[in-house]
Amino acid sequence: MNTSSMAEQEAMHISKPNAIEEAAARRRTRQQRERVIEGGLFLAALTSVATTVLIIAVLLSESIGFFKTVPLRDFFTDTLWTPLFANPHYGILPLLAGTLVTSAVGLLVAIPLGTVAAIYLSEFSSSRVREIIKPALELLGAVPTVVYGYFALLVVTPALQRLWPDLPGFNMLGPGIVIGIMIMPFVISLSEDAMRAVPMVLREGSYAMGATRLQTAWRVVVPAATSGLVAAYVLGISRAVGETMVVAIAAGQNPNLTWNPLEPAATITAYIVQVALGDLPHGSIGYQSIFAAGLVLAVMTFAFNILGHVLRKRFREVY
Amino acid sequence: MSTPSLSHSTPSIARRKIAEALFKIVGLGSLTIAVGTLALLFGALLYQGASQIDWQFLMSFPSRHAAEAGILPAWVGSTLIMLVTAVVGIPLGVAAAIYLEEYARKTWMTELIEVTVTNLAGVPSIIYGLLALGLFVYILGLGESILVAGLTLALLILPVVIVTTREAIRAIPVEIREAAYGLGATKWQTVSHHVLPYSAAGILTGIILALSRAIGETAPIVTIGALTFIAFLPPAPFTTQPPYISFDWLLSPFTIMPIQMFGWVSRPGEDFAGNAAAAGVLLVGMTLTMNGLAIYLRYRMRKQVSW
Repeated sequence: MNTSSMAEQEAMHISKPNAIEEAAARRRTRQQRERVIEGGLFLAALTSVATTVLIIAVLLSESIGFFKTVPLRDFFTDTLWTPLFANPHYGILPLLAGTLVTSAVGLLVAIPLGTVAAIYLSEFSSSRVREIIKPALELLGAVPTVVYGYFALLVVTPALQRLWPDLPGFNMLGPGIVIGIMIMPFVISLSEDAMRAVPMVLREGSYAMGATRLQTAWRVVVPAATSGLVAAYVLGISRAVGETMVVAIAAGQNPNLTWNPLEPAATITAYIVQVALGDLPHGSIGYQSIFAAGLVLAVMTFAFNILGHVLRKRFREVY
Repeated sequence: MSTPSLSHSTPSIARRKIAEALFKIVGLGSLTIAVGTLALLFGALLYQGASQIDWQFLMSFPSRHAAEAGILPAWVGSTLIMLVTAVVGIPLGVAAAIYLEEYARKTWMTELIEVTVTNLAGVPSIIYGLLALGLFVYILGLGESILVAGLTLALLILPVVIVTTREAIRAIPVEIREAAYGLGATKWQTVSHHVLPYSAAGILTGIILALSRAIGETAPIVTIGALTFIAFLPPAPFTTQPPYISFDWLLSPFTIMPIQMFGWVSRPGEDFAGNAAAAGVLLVGMTLTMNGLAIYLRYRMRKQVSW
């Protein structure tokens, strides 16, 4: 900036047409450089769009190959998933059931405990307790999922086997509970955000009417934060559905159409891991089947994420 | 007239106080379960694994005998992949965040970028693995290599880097930019001389969080076909002959810490559970250290900065 303004001054003093041109040229190169930088930054920002497009393109193109062999009707109605067997069946239902059961167990743990913990953090705890608990929760959310898988298989399931001696070593209950503990920090943090966004005036109004903290929390804050809380649950579901290592390690690898969490069953994600660990040739139906399974998973999580974000946006707009 | 209503309300107040006290217990209980269960589980991990960790464990290749097996290729692989991820993911993410915060006008394109960033943050990590398998491994023909794993994780951490960098940049007051413009600075001069240096600590926090997430990721790397049993190291990046630097390691097969742990966990029998626990202790130790550092940095920033 100094050089150009000095050049302009110089130009005025000497009033050579040459100097004016030079200053203009300098300004032009500077503007060009600015434009190049802005273009580069824009391209970097486009990476996220490109990644999204590529994810969709790769999943779709490999799935199209799969669905040329497997009719959509069989895919959604067949009750067996055995793509690698001599007599292959391609029904996604067993994998879907495994995914839904483990997620449901996880949510049954994470939603009640997470909500109560979030209410406590937002409405009851002192700011000092919150200063300690929130970073601790954040740390828990950062533990690698493969470690949670170890817990599910070698700590939680053996503990559960003391309660139910018949429980098989691979089952959906243990990993489901661990998924619940795993997504709890996430649910707590989002729910607490939602409740803290409720304006203080509403609480003060309630206290002025003689309500206790609990009554205020339960009858004023929670209803006012409903859409934010639901958003937290929905985003939690999306996490549970996409969770891979815990179920791949501890829920078993056999597709099994059952709604009983005490049985072993493979989930969509566990199937993808199982196939990837083997050595399937590129282009084979088994290889394509993991993309078809991935497509189902992606559609489910996309739907939950969009729903969650719409709800979150709504609670932000109200206040 | 007031007496009966008082006597009517007294037990109700008592009941409400009891309910309140009960809820406090339940709330603290839930928090204790969230934090306490994990403390318990980590205790179990430490109990099983800590005694296994020694120099021999760190410097040995995996083996069929649990007592001799080590994690040398795993931590070397993790380190090299983190290098690729950092070199690719951090500049891309920071640049994208600068664009979105400082340059982007409200157009449909900006809107699209924002939506995709939010959405990518919620995509299950295994889907990134499928993207990498289809695109990097087969269409681009890069194989099951360190380069592919690094690129995959770079894409995976992109949303985290973008979101945290944007937050850090947004915290810089508008007056600072106005002052720079007032002195005739261009946009890029304002950003590179003022906005970025002042938000550096916040950006660093985000980068540490992103890398700590990448180091623990297992599913996408398993999906691209990483091996669980590797008995060699990638070629060294430095050579004795000119040009002294080699990039052969980028295309080398590899394994990483979480996959090594996964391999040990899924082996039947008790023998390898101790190895798995030892790898788990190291993994948890690393991620917790990185996250703790990030939290500490943020805490200090919040205390120091007063615009």
